[in-house]
Amino acid sequence: MTESPRTHLDQLENQSIFIFREAYHSFKNIAMPWSMGKDSNVLIWLALKSFFGKIPFPVLHIDTTYEFPEMLEFREWATAHYQLKLIVKINEEARARGIGYETHDPVTVTHELKTVALQQALAEYKWDALITGIRRDEDPTRAKERYFSPRNAQFEWDYKDQPPEFWGQFAATTTKGEHVRVQPLLDWTEVDIWRYIQRENIPIPQMYFARNGQRFRSLGCSPITKPITSNATTIDEIVTELESTRTSERAGRAQDHHERNAMQKLRAKGFL
Amino acid sequence: MTRNAESLKVVFVGHVDHGKSTLIGRILHDTESLPEGKIDQIKQACAAEGMEFEFAFVLDALLEEQEQNVTIDTTQIPFRTSRRRYAIIDAPGHKEFLKNMITGASNADAAVLVIAASEGVREQSRRHAYLLTLLGIKQVIVVVNKMDLVDFSEQRFQEIKTEYQKFLVDLDLTARCFVPASAKSGENVAHKSEALRWYHGPTVLEALDATEPTASLVDLPFRFCVQDVYRFDERRIIAGRIETGTLRAGDELIFSPANKSSKVQTIERWNTEKNGVAIAGDSIGITLTEQIFVERGYVASHQTETPIETNRFRADLFWIAREPLRVGAPYTVRLATQDVKCQVVSIEQVMDSSTLEIKIDKYEQLDRNEVGRLTIQTRAPLVLDNHDRIANLGRFALVDDGEIRGGGTIFGGIYTDRTVAKSKNISWTGGKITPGQRALQTGHRGAVVWFTGLSGAGKSTIAQALERELFSRAMNTYVLDGDNIRHGLNSNLGFSPEDRVENIRRVSEVAKLMADSGVVVITAFISPYLMDRRRAREIALEGNAEFVEVFVEAPLEVCEARDPKNLYKKARAGEIRDFTGIDAPYEPPEDPEIIVQTDRQTVDESVATILEHLLPRLKADSADE
Repeated sequence: MTESPRTHLDQLENQSIFIFREAYHSFKNIAMPWSMGKDSNVLIWLALKSFFGKIPFPVLHIDTTYEFPEMLEFREWATAHYQLKLIVKINEEARARGIGYETHDPVTVTHELKTVALQQALAEYKWDALITGIRRDEDPTRAKERYFSPRNAQFEWDYKDQPPEFWGQFAATTTKGEHVRVQPLLDWTEVDIWRYIQRENIPIPQMYFARNGQRFRSLGCSPITKPITSNATTIDEIVTELESTRTSERAGRAQDHHERNAMQKLRAKGFL
Repeated sequence: MTRNAESLKVVFVGHVDHGKSTLIGRILHDTESLPEGKIDQIKQACAAEGMEFEFAFVLDALLEEQEQNVTIDTTQIPFRTSRRRYAIIDAPGHKEFLKNMITGASNADAAVLVIAASEGVREQSRRHAYLLTLLGIKQVIVVVNKMDLVDFSEQRFQEIKTEYQKFLVDLDLTARCFVPASAKSGENVAHKSEALRWYHGPTVLEALDATEPTASLVDLPFRFCVQDVYRFDERRIIAGRIETGTLRAGDELIFSPANKSSKVQTIERWNTEKNGVAIAGDSIGITLTEQIFVERGYVASHQTETPIETNRFRADLFWIAREPLRVGAPYTVRLATQDVKCQVVSIEQVMDSSTLEIKIDKYEQLDRNEVGRLTIQTRAPLVLDNHDRIANLGRFALVDDGEIRGGGTIFGGIYTDRTVAKSKNISWTGGKITPGQRALQTGHRGAVVWFTGLSGAGKSTIAQALERELFSRAMNTYVLDGDNIRHGLNSNLGFSPEDRVENIRRVSEVAKLMADSGVVVITAFISPYLMDRRRAREIALEGNAEFVEVFVEAPLEVCEARDPKNLYKKARAGEIRDFTGIDAPYEPPEDPEIIVQTDRQTVDESVATILEHLLPRLKADSADE
């Protein structure tokens, strides 16, 4: 009797679990940003797998105050369902200054309400590692990431001089003020994520499925996230749709396209 | 079926400007793997920069790269053919970027090595092939690119092929095939070329489709590397990854380097139907039938096929740090999940990784981008396999100051030879040696582990077993007990209450000094009074030594029944006075760091309990804080 060979999804899952466990061993004080989006929920799922049903570190929701109500409902449900240690962070200071989509451009608002909020949370909780759900295929600037990617105290990513990473050995140390982004989904593609959600039956917000001929392919702040035209109401239909489209995943996310190289600029400043 | 089949990772290497990025751009284009509008977007970007469009720009997404027109780091890009999916790893062609090349290529199943027909075999064409052998990548496709610049000349192609094949033979590497192509015009990449009709072999994509993933890891001897031991609920789950082989529930495993064995009770996965079998690549948990001590770094194997356990081995090592590697300097070996202090004993050969030239008379250090053949000695035993047998356990990173500085592959593993001691001493700068410096050298902090309990509870037995465990981890440790204290230092003391107090005071002071010198001191005395033990703790803390109180607990009846030295009998008979538990009190600890119950736990289980709590407190990196 021989065991059947592992599938592509099995390999991705195994590698992600390995990375989760290395991170949990290497760092004293970890948190996992959680946007309730599909990738984020896959990340939660993989963390449950890594630690046998109990996530031993807090999850962090950066609440921009422009969240879709359905996403917040999902947040409450999932927090109770998975028994998550949830931390919600809002950049109150920027909101008090009147920063918002009503008056400011999306790059500024995203920077203030997401990146700066994250910086504030890091300063408050002193995490030395953040587990993020970014994937190489999402955007060209993410293609060059490492599994363990150090950021300095200013949140900057020195992509020209990244630490070497080979044979399952990662850059697992930080000096004061630095943190490491741990990225277990780096090798996954958008289709992999969907196939995995389908295989594992992972709960996700219903906004990803078509209603009235429209669905969301990527979810962000409500004023700047546009649905795509779609009739896909099941994961199979979504995958079929993705396999025939060549439009990029984040095309509906306004902050990426506000100006040339917008994503590059956001990321250099510390955006996930 | 192909949809979920595993993907093949292919690294693209070759001399700078020989057309790697162009070839990748062309493959992505011809396999329709680019998002819609990507090409237009890049064309616009090129126009904005006043440049002619090139397929290479598909990869050069970062603004600065476009400015410099060079690839700076590794990328991983998916594409698929009708046969399977691929992940392209693009490795840079500049020699200062060895680090990134290694990062990218270390995971690859196969390599495409690009040589421009117009320039022929160049420095990096050779160097990259050598690095592929060092990384253990055996499936290599050589693409002779830019055939359009040599009028698609068969003669030119044959010249390059002959020259390069000769070089590969020296490296013991055989190319799967040589493919003439032009990435720029798309000849022989995805489609057969009219201009190259004299060539009857496969196109680049056909050649890739013909390669197979690296030899199956499932068929190799079983190796499970422990990442961590979790106790999130009542279960103790040993978490880790199976590097090679197959595991079934009920298998008898040996854990190295402790050489403890136990049967696998269950294979643990969350939210998956359990089938009791796990194979190479699986990240799993296991529970054991015996409560043996296991920690991160242990390697489990089957009894018939155990790994090598050694503190001395030879390796080929590449060095990528600015600071040179020096013979005698302290480093850390990270091999799978093991983390062991080491030093380089000798360097037998040094090679420049760009010219592949052997450096004569260079045996003391390895500079950046050099490759050396050397001998490494570790402080504690390392569990490994030779790289050609089980690659995953035969390769390691060399770490200094927490950063990866080099990597190597092991050959000809030598079995333990403790007579060859540390050949070079590490010299410290002047001034008083701090506990942190001591800990750095020994790999652990000093501490006082204070056992207390009734006579016959098992203090001495467990103390000696613990000492043996610590010693096997190359730690400095020593047991203080009645035998070595009463006969010398305290020979002038009797068993009166005052003398007992003085006895324990002297033991406390000696233990403090030894702990300060970096030793893990284990004391095995009844030490019945709370007051005395509190003083022992204060004395230790005065000397900044860690103090760990271990209550070796067993009911009086059990101890009396054991009565190893017939002392209880004598005390009952009135031959001994003031015997603890009979006619003198024992005050149990109120809040000991560790409790072992020897009427319920075996000696091994007791030692496992102590190790689990003690080892984290002895970590060198927590010193000086």
